[in-house]
Amino acid sequence: MEHFDLALVDWSRAQFALTALYHWIFVPLTLGLSFIVAFMHTFYYKTRDEKWKVMTKFWMKLFGINFAIGVATGIILEFEFGLNWSNYSWIVGDIFGAPLAIEGILAFFLESTFIAVMFFGWGRVSKKFHMLSSWFVAFGSNLSALWILIANAWMQNPVGTKFNPDTARNEMVNFFDVALSQTAVFKFLHTISQAYIIGALFVISVSAWFLLKNRHLLFAKRSILIAAVFGLIASIFVAFTGDSSAYDVAHKQPMKLAAMEGLYDGEKNADLYALGFLNDRTDNLNFKGIRLPSMLSIMAFRDADAFVPGVNDLVNGNEEQGILSAETRMEKGRIAIQALADYKTAKKDGNTELANSNLKLFEKNYPHFGYGYFKNNEDIVPNVPLTFYSFHIMVALGLFFIAFFACLLYASIKDKLVKNKFVLRISVWSILLGYIATELGWIVAEVGRQPWTIQDLLPVGVSTSHLSVGSVQTTFFMFFALFTVLLIAEIKILMAQIKKGPEEGGSHV
Amino acid sequence: MKKIIDFYISGFKNMSIHSKKLWIIILVKLFIMFFILKIFFFPNFLNSKFDSDKEKGDYVIEQLTNN
Repeated sequence: MEHFDLALVDWSRAQFALTALYHWIFVPLTLGLSFIVAFMHTFYYKTRDEKWKVMTKFWMKLFGINFAIGVATGIILEFEFGLNWSNYSWIVGDIFGAPLAIEGILAFFLESTFIAVMFFGWGRVSKKFHMLSSWFVAFGSNLSALWILIANAWMQNPVGTKFNPDTARNEMVNFFDVALSQTAVFKFLHTISQAYIIGALFVISVSAWFLLKNRHLLFAKRSILIAAVFGLIASIFVAFTGDSSAYDVAHKQPMKLAAMEGLYDGEKNADLYALGFLNDRTDNLNFKGIRLPSMLSIMAFRDADAFVPGVNDLVNGNEEQGILSAETRMEKGRIAIQALADYKTAKKDGNTELANSNLKLFEKNYPHFGYGYFKNNEDIVPNVPLTFYSFHIMVALGLFFIAFFACLLYASIKDKLVKNKFVLRISVWSILLGYIATELGWIVAEVGRQPWTIQDLLPVGVSTSHLSVGSVQTTFFMFFALFTVLLIAEIKILMAQIKKGPEEGGSHV
Repeated sequence: MKKIIDFYISGFKNMSIHSKKLWIIILVKLFIMFFILKIFFFPNFLNSKFDSDKEKGDYVIEQLTNN
């Protein structure tokens, strides 16, 4: 990869990571809280109990603040695609165009139309239409996420498309292969369900604070009950979708799975590294801790005897298991790149026969295309410790959330919450744990798939534009400042609203 | 149509001071994003260099094959 300015690539990656991680502070709360508001609104509609109305209005207000501050923060990512990642943007343009256009037309308009009805509609539209508007906002928000996640999933598992060597663009062959790929379905379900956990933890966190302050007791208890049920269902679902995602990763991105598990030497009956530490070794003695026998083989291939490839197998190859070495794939990739160049030259010269033979050679070696840009075998290995620890902390927190929501639900039903200050204090801070888990999830997904922007086909180094490092550094710090100001503004406005507490009547956001 | 416009106008008029401040933050943010960042700092790289899709495609192919 010496052809590329690594400083430029790293700063471009850092900028994208910064923007994506900040953006993901606002989005999961919108996705999760929208459904909790819709549930409360439905309870109000069904019972006409004013207490439900107060709850709906309060959480709707907090939802509105988060939505307003967070809206359009994702647009920055598109700015970055256009400037910093122009090669990548051009190559994926036709694939991203369709899902993002659908998102813009369908989801955004659904969301933005009904959000006005949701906030301004009290006493001005029928109760049924008003309640339904809350549901439309919730579904619209989640539909927005669907299309973005389909686009992301395609980068991890590029199916349903064909690369056009004349235009340098990937063209959609089958929309449903792209939209309904196993990767897309699992990614969407896993991502939105952990966003529901964030929504539930937020409600619990704020409500527990009210209980500790001895304020709005009935309101807080009811809110915790609803959030605990919602959070428990979501956290169990997250465990299942996480398992399905790992199964998918094992088949489509084996290097990512090896990094997630810190598995260097592949093996049959592979153990799952449950709790422990990595050391500097690059074999399977690199892990010290508790191992669950054969569980990795079961998780990855639903078979205790299955062979799970490790980092070394994927770098050096494993003939017995039919795994090509990085060196072999790099050679095939170079053939594909050269064939593409020769195809273009032959076409320009009007030599159709030569163009066709090069096109065939290119297509034959295209599955290895991206490998042709690497010089060293180790270039295909992501940051193993970062992926490993991010994955394990995320999973540990995921398991904690199941127990946490179950305990809260039990305490809520038995009406033992108010007396248990310890649990309430943990509840107040639980939202931070939720954010740590969800951000780590993205680190696993994105760091674990390095060095690729499009799996096996396009490395990050070839995806960037030729810019000066200084200009990327400048905009990095500008975004850092802008997003930090927005985050501080959100927290201050939210805190002011929370301290004010729920109230009957009042104006709307 | 008039009813819909009235619905929005009345909704915005009846907002609390906090909510109005929130809207100011949103508008300032969108202004910074679209009229400062996008125009001055984030032009589309390929659009700023080439006019036609063919030129853009040829440039990207060159990038892919000359690295």
